[in-house]
Amino acid sequence: MLVWTNRGRSGVLTVFAVLVVVLLLAPLAVVLAGAVARQWTGVLPSSLTARHLRDAFAADDQASLIVSLQTAVVAGAVAVAVGTWAALVADGLSRVMRGVVDTVFMLPAGVPSVVIGFGLLVAYSRPPVVLNGTRTLVIAAQTALVLSFAYSTVSAGIARLDRALFTQAASLGARPLRVLLTIRLPLLLPSIGAAAALAMALCMGELGATIMVYPPSWRTLPVTIYTLSDRGNVFLASATTLVLLVVTALLLAVIGRLSAAMVRRT
Amino acid sequence: MTALAAALGHAPHPGTERRPVRRLGLIGPLLVLVLLFVYPIAMVVRQTFEDRVGHPAGAVAWREVLSSPQFRNAAMTTVETAVAATVSCVVIGTFIAIVLAFVPFPGARVLARLTTVILAFPSFFIALSFGVLYGRVGVASSLIEAVTGHAEAMGGFIYTKWVVVLAEVTFYSPFVVRSVYAACQRVRTEQLQVAASLGAKPWRVTREVLLPELLPSIVAGGSLTLLLTLNEFGIVLFIGAKGVTTLPVLIYSSGILQFDYPSAAVLACVQVALSLLLYGAGRWAAHWMGGRHAGLD
Repeated sequence: MLVWTNRGRSGVLTVFAVLVVVLLLAPLAVVLAGAVARQWTGVLPSSLTARHLRDAFAADDQASLIVSLQTAVVAGAVAVAVGTWAALVADGLSRVMRGVVDTVFMLPAGVPSVVIGFGLLVAYSRPPVVLNGTRTLVIAAQTALVLSFAYSTVSAGIARLDRALFTQAASLGARPLRVLLTIRLPLLLPSIGAAAALAMALCMGELGATIMVYPPSWRTLPVTIYTLSDRGNVFLASATTLVLLVVTALLLAVIGRLSAAMVRRT
Repeated sequence: MTALAAALGHAPHPGTERRPVRRLGLIGPLLVLVLLFVYPIAMVVRQTFEDRVGHPAGAVAWREVLSSPQFRNAAMTTVETAVAATVSCVVIGTFIAIVLAFVPFPGARVLARLTTVILAFPSFFIALSFGVLYGRVGVASSLIEAVTGHAEAMGGFIYTKWVVVLAEVTFYSPFVVRSVYAACQRVRTEQLQVAASLGAKPWRVTREVLLPELLPSIVAGGSLTLLLTLNEFGIVLFIGAKGVTTLPVLIYSSGILQFDYPSAAVLACVQVALSLLLYGAGRWAAHWMGGRHAGLD
């Protein structure tokens, strides 16, 4: 469409291919191959092994995986519930108030995760509420981080809804609660599902806030991967990262299925 | 209720007659936000005026941190790497998005989808692969050795800040691609064809027709990338080169490794101010350009 000569086209596509291979595909391929590499000091791994993948499922890492899943599911669910609630209420506000609420709920996304984690650590290491060294603080940190994304995803979904439906339902005498439960929420299910998927995927890979607040008894998978990488155990770290990526993808698929099934039922 | 809303000067909005009730409904989410975000940030600010054991200490921590060479180095590195990475992301991301949208080839759609999948991955996985890719005896070195015969051609590249820039470009280019690709889909291709039929060369069509059209999305993607690269933690921590410390990593090392909460708190305040300032400037620029453009259209 934009480039018509064959020479121009192949030139542009060559540059494009080099960029995509070097930037996008090479790191992915290295993590994949690193997970099964015994030694790697050349262009390709010199020999392969399944040991790292086996170790990635061994006791220590498995415990981390379960911790990560539990944290992501709880933090994601809380963030989506609170974000949806806020988005539904914000929908009816005046323009000015709406702008204020939008800004306030988007602020945590602009703050580095390390600062969010540090803030929670400082705030809840002293009375009245002392939570440092508990898993509650890890869950709180991840909830704080993904709340903005949940809010903005559901808000975008609400903006696409057809308002005439609510006014019609209300004019037929439906109470606001009934309109909410039987019309707005069911119509919003795809957005809520998307928000849940995004929130949980981000939680699964969260490092910055978690590393500031985690107790040794509640170590998530990214923290374990950092410990491995820091000790120079790159291949086991790659294998564990691969497990993390696969489990995240599976979690997303499950949430996609669940919300699709719920949409069909309503 | 409606009368009250009208008396307060708000136009009644269909389906939202119970505005005061609605405002009360915000208390729940706002309370969560206060507990998880506002109160912690306020406590960080308070911590900057206390000493390590919590006694009031005035501005001692501020003076100490702001005059330390460590802080200056980290702040410089943070801004340098973020700006270099953002500029590269904008150039590379825009190029990739335009090729994906306007130079059709088999698999373009799949690739466009793949770039957005990367966005859900944790950033550190990029850094994890970089030791193998760009290390002293890594893939890149071996490739160069095979072609030119130079051993260890990459040298100590892995220990420089440019490796952080490269990792951030790798991870954040897809953010620009997503923003610009979405805008590309809204461009009317007739415009490009008309310009081309009038004899404009591809580069001229791109520069004079396409890029002005895409500018708001490029600036939006770029300002988001600048914010995220300023705040980036995982990539810098994982690469862990000795001389390459950014503010987020310094916050981690002084807060967690050295238990120096007052210094970490000062660093956190500086970091937040810096990020929000630069992000705000980017958003303002995007808004201004978008508005001006819409006015011309």
